[in-house]
Amino acid sequence: MAKEKTAIVATGQTHHRSSRLDVNGIELIHEAVTRCLEDGELTIDDIDAVVIGNMDHFEGINYVDTWSIDGSGAFMKPIIKVTTGGTTGSTVGHCGYHLVASGMFDKVLAIGWEKNSESDTTAAITTAFDPIWDRLVFAGAISGLAVEAMAYMVKYGATEKDAARVAVRDRKHATNNPYAQLRKEVSIEDVMNSPMLSDPIKLLDVCPRTDGACAVVFASEQYAEKICDRPAWIHGISAKHPYNYLGDYDWEDRLPSMQMASKELYAKAGIKEPLKEIDVMELYLPYSCAGLSWIEALGLCGPGQAPKLLWDGVTDMGGELPINPSGGVIATNCIGATALLRISEAAVQVMGRGGKRQVPDVNTALASGFGGCFWSDVTLLKSTKPK
Amino acid sequence: MAQKQQDQELLQYESRIKVPYTWSVGEVGSRFLMELKENRKIWATRCPSCDMVFVPPKKTCTYCFSDIHEWVEVKDEGVLQTFTVVRYETPLIPGKPPYIIGIIMLDGADTGLVHLIAGVPHDKVKVGMRVKAVFEEKRKGHILDINHFKPI
Ligand SMILES: [Zn+2]
Repeated sequence: MAKEKTAIVATGQTHHRSSRLDVNGIELIHEAVTRCLEDGELTIDDIDAVVIGNMDHFEGINYVDTWSIDGSGAFMKPIIKVTTGGTTGSTVGHCGYHLVASGMFDKVLAIGWEKNSESDTTAAITTAFDPIWDRLVFAGAISGLAVEAMAYMVKYGATEKDAARVAVRDRKHATNNPYAQLRKEVSIEDVMNSPMLSDPIKLLDVCPRTDGACAVVFASEQYAEKICDRPAWIHGISAKHPYNYLGDYDWEDRLPSMQMASKELYAKAGIKEPLKEIDVMELYLPYSCAGLSWIEALGLCGPGQAPKLLWDGVTDMGGELPINPSGGVIATNCIGATALLRISEAAVQVMGRGGKRQVPDVNTALASGFGGCFWSDVTLLKSTKPK
Repeated sequence: MAQKQQDQELLQYESRIKVPYTWSVGEVGSRFLMELKENRKIWATRCPSCDMVFVPPKKTCTYCFSDIHEWVEVKDEGVLQTFTVVRYETPLIPGKPPYIIGIIMLDGADTGLVHLIAGVPHDKVKVGMRVKAVFEEKRKGHILDINHFKPI
């Protein structure tokens, strides 16, 4: 149980691009950290400890925690690196929360970053799969997502066009976000006519590769309201990282780890009807079909009902529950930062600092993280203090 | 790809890390692979507590953390749970696209096996179809001793 009530009090991110040759990795991290400190009117001296994360093998640097101190500001401070695949950013966020909620530190800086342009993403992701059983026939990220989409579409009758509606929504939302990488709208036809990569996933169904970083400050109750007039209080987190070989996954169901994580989170936070009670969601949806099956896993509707929710505009800006006002992962994917960006963007919505991408009157926001072999993290933030 | 910022050339430093590895398969996985090699048979392990049958075999149950000692033979055929036709090229996979990756639930198993599907036109592959292992003539104790699964 949490000893200390904990809130996010400041956030910062880079302007995300497919490649940022004007900065090295350390300098990229520095941009996000500086913007975060400015957002909270803090200096690096205010920070008690730092958590940082990125994908193993993406930049080929082992000791990122110490290597990056000119960027993170962690010189002679406690710093740890954590990395859990796609969920790295949410794990970084959860660690930042743990360090404050446990009473160990008052102000913790959490950083996620990636310079995707520096290596072969497919090769690097392949190192996440078991070398003996999975790697030889299942390289890269797309085929794993493709078999999941195939199973969902066959079982529930959803179509590639339904999935395309998710990409269209996220790309439209991204036009409101000055930090997003892909800020050009696409149509259903554009998505449907884009090249098939791995059936049923096409080029415009999937996330891009991005250079970018994100930083967030977690603070204890004693400091939170002094730093931020409307902090985003953490009301619960849940992490479910269940499978190891790809064949172990339950292809018949819809992201079981997300079902378990969200159920646990809703129970902790007393949420009974997520669609009604939550005002906005920032979800780690790395490809379009996830925006159907995974929102069913989140309990927003029954099995096979997500396409209707999408076409009815329920998850659009102005809808009952806007999803990904930032444009989400289909518009920006600096992987080690991606899941922290979801937490950061959810906090931005609660704080009311979203500018053109702000959803009106947000009191409750949910952020998710997704990783490799179908594991999930969720975080619930509110404008009110936990009891 | 060169980027320029005003008059400043932005440089990239090209390098490569090539590290050889030798991964231990372990006694449990080795027994499975040697059965493929010597007897063209697929063996699994069964959890004594929750009865889950694992292919590939596991020494410890994912679901209840029990030690597993019991071996059971499963069929070399089963049901295609899901699949994808991969159409992009990567040097990491043997073979040229397009090719089919599938998850096969073998008869008698409770977990799927990731493998290649072949011997069928791409537009004829269906979720739920039955498939059977096609073994290599020359086998070396490797997951690719099964060349692929073909529909039956
Ligand atoms: Zn068991």
